[in-house]
Amino acid sequence: MSAPIVKLVAQRIALGILLLLAVSVLIFAGTQILPGDVAQAILGQSATPESLANLREQLGLNDPAYIRYFRWLGGVLTGDLGTAMSSGQDIATSIKERLWNTLFLAFWAAIVAIPLAITLGLIAVRYRNGWVDKLISGVALASTSFPEFFIGYLLVFYFAVQHQWFPAISTVYDGMSFGERLQAIALPAAALTLVVLAHMMRMTRAAILNVMQSAYVETAELKGLSASAVIRKHALPNAIAPIINVVMLNLAYLVVGVVVVEVIFVYPGMGQYLVDHVTKRDVPVVQAVGLIFAAVYITLNIIADIAAIVANPRLRHPK
Amino acid sequence: MLDVRRIPIAALVGIVLTTLFVLAAVFAPWIAPHGNAEIVSDVPWEPMSSLHWLGTDNLGRDLLSRMIYGARITLFIAVLATALSFSLGAILGFSAAVFGGWFDTILSRLVDLLMSIPTLIMGLVVLSVLPSNLVTLILVMGILDSTRVYRLSRAVAVDINVMDYVEAAKLRGEGSGWIIFREILPNALSPLVSELGLRFIYAVLFLSTLSFLGLGVQPPDADWGGMVKENKDGIVFGIGAALMPAAAIAALAISVNLVADWVLNRTTSLKGGRG
Repeated sequence: MSAPIVKLVAQRIALGILLLLAVSVLIFAGTQILPGDVAQAILGQSATPESLANLREQLGLNDPAYIRYFRWLGGVLTGDLGTAMSSGQDIATSIKERLWNTLFLAFWAAIVAIPLAITLGLIAVRYRNGWVDKLISGVALASTSFPEFFIGYLLVFYFAVQHQWFPAISTVYDGMSFGERLQAIALPAAALTLVVLAHMMRMTRAAILNVMQSAYVETAELKGLSASAVIRKHALPNAIAPIINVVMLNLAYLVVGVVVVEVIFVYPGMGQYLVDHVTKRDVPVVQAVGLIFAAVYITLNIIADIAAIVANPRLRHPK
Repeated sequence: MLDVRRIPIAALVGIVLTTLFVLAAVFAPWIAPHGNAEIVSDVPWEPMSSLHWLGTDNLGRDLLSRMIYGARITLFIAVLATALSFSLGAILGFSAAVFGGWFDTILSRLVDLLMSIPTLIMGLVVLSVLPSNLVTLILVMGILDSTRVYRLSRAVAVDINVMDYVEAAKLRGEGSGWIIFREILPNALSPLVSELGLRFIYAVLFLSTLSFLGLGVQPPDADWGGMVKENKDGIVFGIGAALMPAAAIAALAISVNLVADWVLNRTTSLKGGRG
């Protein structure tokens, strides 16, 4: 590793941490400074002024916003996410299992989607402007216009109701075998895959096309290198960075897709937890889960940037 | 002059479908065979029949009529949110490019910050404390989406701002308002217009998602996303009522996409670009 790379990577990570802090401020401000009173929300409209005042004192709501922010941030950094208003349960313990469920689902969706998208992207480039390319692009364009729940319910309707190959509702519980678990998440994982596939494939296609049209690839072809050598030695090293970037950006997109897909399949993950508690207006839970989603999103984006830096031959071998 | 015969078939299909959706939305009370909340059947989810073309929904209301009224709510909110996002994003983006300095820096960093969180997540966080009504919904959708328009219009305006005719306008002493609305706006219009279609589709999809999650339009009114939510329990019994409004969303998004694509091709070909 040469020095400029280390410096660039360190800069990017530092920037990412700064961004995360700023995002935590934004999420906190978004839920605290806006109108609304947590104590009133807990006790309901019929609460007496005394009990309201007591609860405010107890929750520390009388402190200025910045003190509450730092108390909250301190808690988050030490793993204490607070307690849910609606159920009184510790948020961190409720989240732990759900986080694993969500990661499990997203992991399998990614495992299927990434190779598939890259292969389809390569096929589209290989048969550029032919009917295969047009078909793939057309389907991709159409599927970006489909809402996630349309794809999800179509899958349920066909594979769970008409053919009963997979369950329509993805229940997972402790003590489930790995195979059972996989069967339970088959449909949500398929839905997630379809949600990101089109986008990932189009971007892969564009990234490879971009490299294939550059002057050095033409030079390599003209000096008589075989097609495989051109791709292996010239196109691929330069296409890796954009492809990794595409993959990471779409994994970040999974973060959003997972929220809707979990609700469709009643899957006990983070997305469902978030939506449930937004409906209940349970602010501590929404803050915590929102921050986790944002952190995952930002981390994936940082990894994408770092991968692009590391994979760039010009930065790896500075003059 | 625009020659109808030279419009490609895909764009023509898009235009026709989009027009049909708009007509359905505008003339909903005259087109719909039944009222929006009118219960026409004792049993839920009656199958399709000559009486009820798309069957009935979970409460025995005529699904076709609900969908026509749903088009009205969906399009109404999406159009207003897009309009807000465009005017806010474009004006701030142009101003940032013209004024520069700390105004530009602060605004751009703020937009970067907002864009570093997925729109849906930020929307959910904010909606957890705001009252659920149409005005909040439109404001939240419009403001969150304006970050995208801001980026584009700032990038376009920065290029235009260094043109000779803008320089000339500044030298003859025109104010910032003139520069933004009379010099930059007309020249930035074509890239912005082609973006308009995409932002509108995004607004429709975002609204549908929020309503599907139960955080958008509140019952008894329903947009298409909300109708999917109402009827989703029927799916496991093999009743496809929820798929109809979902398909309508997809059809609207695709047809607007086709039109936007064509507009994009036309405007770029005017400048000697592709197509």
